[in-house]
Amino acid sequence: MNIDKDLVAAMATPLVLAILVEGTSYGYAILKRVRELSGGDLEWTDGMLYPLLHRLERMGCIRAEWGVSPEGRRRRYYEITEAGRAQLTEQRRQWDTATRTLGGLWGMAVPVTGA
Amino acid sequence: MDSVEHQIDRWRAAVLRGRAVDGGDADELEGHLREQIEELESAGLSGDEAFLIAVKRLGEVDLITAEFAREHSDRLWKQLVMSHPDESGRQSVLTMLGFAVLTAVLIQVARLLAQVPGSSSPWFLRDLSLFVLPVLAAYFAVVRRMPRRPAVGLVGAVAVLAVAVNVFPFPPGSSTDLLVAIHLPFALWFVVGVAYVGGDLRSAARRMDFIRFTGEWAIYYALIALGGAVLLGLTGLVLTPIAPGAIQEVMTWVVPSGAAGAVVVAAWLVEEKKSVIENLAPVLTAIFTPLFAVMLLVSAIGYLVAGVGRDFDRDLLTVFDVLLLVVLGLVVYGISARDTNRPAGLMDVLRLVAVIAAVVLDVLVLGSMLARVGEFGFTANRVAALGLNVVLLVNLVVTAWLIARLLAGKAPAVRLERWQTGYLPVFAGWVLVVVLVVPLLFGFA
Repeated sequence: MNIDKDLVAAMATPLVLAILVEGTSYGYAILKRVRELSGGDLEWTDGMLYPLLHRLERMGCIRAEWGVSPEGRRRRYYEITEAGRAQLTEQRRQWDTATRTLGGLWGMAVPVTGA
Repeated sequence: MDSVEHQIDRWRAAVLRGRAVDGGDADELEGHLREQIEELESAGLSGDEAFLIAVKRLGEVDLITAEFAREHSDRLWKQLVMSHPDESGRQSVLTMLGFAVLTAVLIQVARLLAQVPGSSSPWFLRDLSLFVLPVLAAYFAVVRRMPRRPAVGLVGAVAVLAVAVNVFPFPPGSSTDLLVAIHLPFALWFVVGVAYVGGDLRSAARRMDFIRFTGEWAIYYALIALGGAVLLGLTGLVLTPIAPGAIQEVMTWVVPSGAAGAVVVAAWLVEEKKSVIENLAPVLTAIFTPLFAVMLLVSAIGYLVAGVGRDFDRDLLTVFDVLLLVVLGLVVYGISARDTNRPAGLMDVLRLVAVIAAVVLDVLVLGSMLARVGEFGFTANRVAALGLNVVLLVNLVVTAWLIARLLAGKAPAVRLERWQTGYLPVFAGWVLVVVLVVPLLFGFA
């Protein structure tokens, strides 16, 4: 399935933040998780993840730290911050509204959450 | 496997070429690439195949570096090598020269018109910037291929300013006339700013680029002015023995045209030669921030201990306007080159000291000034000085708060940057008020 580029771009931030809520991670693992969650439906140019991560870092949503992978390679690990969690909550509220609205039209059973 | 290593090296070099990706980012991307290759190899692919697929997944190098460039425009600003082929290089020089000559000619035409008998010459000095800065704005509008609608808007804005300041009936020696003459160039500089960002007014990053541009432009202009002064000085000395009478004539032709043309040349230099030297404004800032911090701290303590003298003269507020402007410049150009991801350091502490000391000083002077406004009443000059002071003070108080939060690790540095770029319209608005509203309020006195 081909998902519209703008939609992928819009999903990127909440997706990355939500994955980091699960625990500290790094670029390659984040992408693997995205692929796993979407069953491969979400096509993402891998390289574009890094500028996004840097933007989130600059905005204070995540913190980055250099570490070492088990194979001894330099690796940058990312961790979500309080500001990032708040951002995610806000994004989630918006996505809930969006899916609820469309779901209402398309007859999907979307649970009404938040207000 | 050797050839894969070789290919990875080549790929890494390509990623680094654009300078938008720094070494650390390249390490990160390379780590990603290697992990992907390993995974594909363990699924049974050969090294070459795995490399090809991994590179494809990562995306085209051009697209990745372009995305990095968008996120890290500050890096480009510092390092970008203008890698245009010779043909377009010459084109850019010709365009620049065209606009430089245009403003040089305009200023001469205006000068000659101002000398026509019966014409009063004060308009010439007041309108001086109108013959120069709109040309610079036009240059950027052309170079940036600005869309038609914002370009028409800019022409309209310049027209409104030009007509307004010239239909105002200023009597000779009026102080609002002088205020307009001083503030008009700044109003027009914001017009240049709109053209500089190509009409993309809402982008904080573009605004920050304009702030950087302004600092570098001022430095290049000062350097060109120095060179010009040496040239003219020598010309005068060389001509003295043979044609002492001609010197005056030469100067009246060369000085205005040169000064006007240099405005465009300096702008072009900033754009083209970003890479030749490290940006100077941040370097100067780094030198002067500690010095100003000490000076301001000592002055603030002095004023607190001694109290503001009863007989300070009314120009003191203007002095403090300039002082606040300098402190603001130190902060803005300090953060413009700051790596926003770096934790707060000593320089931020010094910045905070300078800003707080300046705010304390200014509040003391302002308080004493306001207490005496009742005695003197408001004049156009006082309103202009007071207004600018308040505008600057508000900015610096919030700036101090944001630096303090940054030092406490509670706010990212980008908040400070956003505050400054977001505040630009306030400055533009205030300058417009002085040019267009204050003269009306005070009956052009």
